[in-house]
Amino acid sequence: MARRENPEINAGSMADIAFLLLIFFLVTTTMNVDSGVSKKLSEKPPADYVPPVIKEKNIFEVGINRNNELLVEGERMDIKNLKEAAIAFIDNGGGEGKEENGIATGPCNYCKGERSDSSSDHPNKAIISVESDRLTEYGTYLAVQDQLLRAYKVLRNRLSMAKYKISYTELEKAYKDNKTNQDLKKKVEFIKTSYPQIISDAEPTN
Amino acid sequence: MSKFRKKKKGMPAVNTAALPDIVFMLLFFFMVTTTMRETSLQIDTPRLPSALEVKKLEHKSLVTTIYVGKAKDTKYGTSFNRIQLNDKIATAAEVPAFIINARSKVSDAEVPFMTTSIKADKECSVGTIVDIRLKLRDVNALKLSYSAGMSQD
Repeated sequence: MARRENPEINAGSMADIAFLLLIFFLVTTTMNVDSGVSKKLSEKPPADYVPPVIKEKNIFEVGINRNNELLVEGERMDIKNLKEAAIAFIDNGGGEGKEENGIATGPCNYCKGERSDSSSDHPNKAIISVESDRLTEYGTYLAVQDQLLRAYKVLRNRLSMAKYKISYTELEKAYKDNKTNQDLKKKVEFIKTSYPQIISDAEPTN
Repeated sequence: MSKFRKKKKGMPAVNTAALPDIVFMLLFFFMVTTTMRETSLQIDTPRLPSALEVKKLEHKSLVTTIYVGKAKDTKYGTSFNRIQLNDKIATAAEVPAFIINARSKVSDAEVPFMTTSIKADKECSVGTIVDIRLKLRDVNALKLSYSAGMSQD
C-alpha cells in the first residue's frame, strides 16, 4: 500500500484555462443582429408589358439629384419636411379608391387629409415614385426611403389606434408572437391594405 | 492584548472555488451566441447608413450578403462602388451566379424566403445598387434588405 488515496488534482489553474477560452470567444463574438430596410422588388415585367396609365395626381414624385438635393412634386424640399409632405399626399383621400376584383373600395373614409382634387384619390391608389441619379449617394437614397416608410408608419399607427386602441407597431409585434391568431391576422391585414406601401423606384437618370 | 492577537490572524482567504463555475457559465454563453465571420472582407468595413424603419433579419442561413464599398486593395481604385461576393471583388454581372450558388445550399421549399442583404457604404452611389437590383430581379431574388443601423432620432 504505497498510497492510501488518490491525491486530489490541483484545479487551481482551471479558472485560468476557462478565462483564456472566455477571452477568445469574447473577442471573436459578434452580437449585432443584422437589420435593414426591407424591400420587395417587383417581378421582371414581360417584354410586351404596357404600363398602366396612372393619373398624374396619384403620383408623388421624389427626385434626388447627384448633389443629394431633393425635388418633390417639382419643388425643392429639405429632407426633414419629406415625411409631412408624403403624409399629406397619401392621406389626401380626394376621390374613389381602386377596384379590387370588381369590388370598388369607395372613397377613403378613414383619411383625415384635405380631400383636395389635385392630390391622391385614395391611399391604395397613391404611388410614391423615387427617381434618383446614378451618382446619388446611397446614404441619401436610403434616408429618403426611410422618411417615406416613416410616413406610412405614422398613418398606419393612427388608423390602428383609432380602430383597435393599439398602435400598429404593437399590433404587428403581437401578431408576430402569435402567428396562429386569426383575429390579429385580420387586423394586421386590414391596416396593411388600408395604407399599402407603394413606393416605386424609377430608372435612374445618368 | 488578546484582542490584538486575534486581529493579527488576518482575514480568511475568500473562497474562490466557485470562480471556475462562473467563468464557465460566461464561457458557454459566449460559445452559444458567437457566430464566426464566414467571409473575410475585401473592402473596408462599410459605414452603414442609419434608418428608423429597420427590420431585423431572421433566419441567418437564408440570408445572402453582398458587400459594397471601397476595396482594401488599391489596385481596384478608391471609389466606393466595389462589389464583394463571397471572398472576392466582383462585378454586378456575377451577381446572378452568386445567388444561384447560394440557392443550391438550401432546400427548394426555403428558396422563396431567401433574402439578399446589401451591406453598402453610405458613400457608394445609387447606380451600383440599381445594377445589383436589376440583376437580382433577373434571377427572381425579390426579397431585399438594405442593411442599416438603427438611427437615434
